[in-house]
Amino acid sequence: MRDFVSRKAREIPPSGIRRFFDLALTMDEVISLGVGEPDFSTPWNICEASIYFIEQGGTSYTPNRGIKPLREALSRWLRDHYGLSYDPETEMIITTGVSEGLDIAIRAIVDPGDEVLVAEPCYVSYSPCVTLAGGRPVPVPCVEKDRFRLNPDRLMEKISKKSKALVMNFPNNPTGAVMGKEDLRAIADIVCDHDLVLVSDEVYSELTYSGSHVAAATVGDLAHRTITLNGFSKAYAMTGWRIGYLCAPQEICDAALKIHQYVMLCAPVMGQVAALEGIRRGEEEKDRMVREYRVRRNLFVEGLNRIGLSCHRPEGAFYAFPSVAETGLSDQEFAEGLLLEEHVAVVPGNVFGSGGEGHVRCAYAVSREDLARALQRMEEFVSKCKKKAIPLVRSGNHS
Amino acid sequence: MDERDLLLLQLLEENSRLTTQDLAVMTEMTPEEVSARVAALEASGVIRSYTAVIDWEKAGNGEVSAIIELKVNPERDYGYDRIAERIARFRQVRSLRLITGTYDLQLTVTGRNMQEVARFVSEYIAPMDRIRETATHIIMKTYKENGRTFCEKEEGERIPYSL
Repeated sequence: MRDFVSRKAREIPPSGIRRFFDLALTMDEVISLGVGEPDFSTPWNICEASIYFIEQGGTSYTPNRGIKPLREALSRWLRDHYGLSYDPETEMIITTGVSEGLDIAIRAIVDPGDEVLVAEPCYVSYSPCVTLAGGRPVPVPCVEKDRFRLNPDRLMEKISKKSKALVMNFPNNPTGAVMGKEDLRAIADIVCDHDLVLVSDEVYSELTYSGSHVAAATVGDLAHRTITLNGFSKAYAMTGWRIGYLCAPQEICDAALKIHQYVMLCAPVMGQVAALEGIRRGEEEKDRMVREYRVRRNLFVEGLNRIGLSCHRPEGAFYAFPSVAETGLSDQEFAEGLLLEEHVAVVPGNVFGSGGEGHVRCAYAVSREDLARALQRMEEFVSKCKKKAIPLVRSGNHS
Repeated sequence: MDERDLLLLQLLEENSRLTTQDLAVMTEMTPEEVSARVAALEASGVIRSYTAVIDWEKAGNGEVSAIIELKVNPERDYGYDRIAERIARFRQVRSLRLITGTYDLQLTVTGRNMQEVARFVSEYIAPMDRIRETATHIIMKTYKENGRTFCEKEEGERIPYSL
């Protein structure tokens, strides 16, 4: 029998944490800092709006682009909050999460052989989506020295004649890094000079703790060549509803819409109705959650540094990305050891691509009590590692 | 009162046992600044007391609480204030508010059993001058108190890892 699986499907790597996942499920009392979603439930008024809609019989398809009131509300919201200008009729698609938005964005712009620059560490779907679209992902590492921001020089090094697009995500998963206006301006110059498309995943935009979020499409001339991706999962604690949105110049948006209508038809209507309530009346609850994340960040990052895991202060998202160098372990060994010995789940940084090695991602979207317990266990683990490491280091002196 | 005071108040309302050290880390201030601000909020009476939210039903002491509504003839010059102050002096009265609607004052009263609550209302509150009418509602079950839900519910299970 021949091999039924396509070359491309074989080519894309499996999830880097499958093994950890299975391991954690067999263990008791695991405190998980491994989850990339809020610990809050969706604010109740948002749930109510959707429940009510279903009770009224609202269970149908929606227009491909998504329901008009949601697009109109989003267009206004993006203008008022970020100074973005997108026509709800021609430049916007409601997607099934940002995951779908990313996929159709890439497929709308990538031809076989095109290179797509991917700012790493990053969410794990970017490169596989490029591969599936026939492109070649080219990682651009963002390093701790730059506080994990995208460095223009490093970007330049990776650009070639085949470069078609740059994919980036700020505030960043997994590092929590943000890009300010000046940072973005330097990137904008390069993107424009080399005639690239920018795909900017800004799903953590509302989780920005110092100053306000700068939307990439508002910087320089990027508006004409930027696909802005955003969604409701993180800021409104709506991961399971699967609602995101893609905004782009009409030409790109039309192309993405064709793909969207064939592969997805439309985003789930219950989620769209919930998102509409979120954008109209969810601000206060969202702000309350953001305030809590910030408080937790302060507690957790202080705790990490105290127990000897050096960590830059993340300015966005809900992830801390400490270095595990002090322990003498690799990120993979650290994450595995911490899970097996102390039952704390964190994600090794290497799964997020280049620049992530030597770090672990800790999501602080868990209760303060659990964060404190996790820190105690991590402290225990770190001190065990250091004790083990000492004889190796000092063996010469004692022999 | 500024943003930082507001944040301190919100944090303390949720958990009044937070230490100055923790509050300082959480709010990105120095411990000295936190102490000074909290002291000022206490001195000005914005922070009235530090307390625990207790589910007495679960504690099982068998006490009974009731919400009592009163129609009151207000007094010239004083309105409802003087009679409210008198009512508030009773230890049995846990809270007291002036409200709009059919009734004027609303209080919660706690007693060892239903008879004790009823006796308190009929012997002390109802006979007061200016009180025209009372309505007593015995509390059967508390679902939420001070922003805390008391019902135990099954949380949807979170997966241990997601990227």
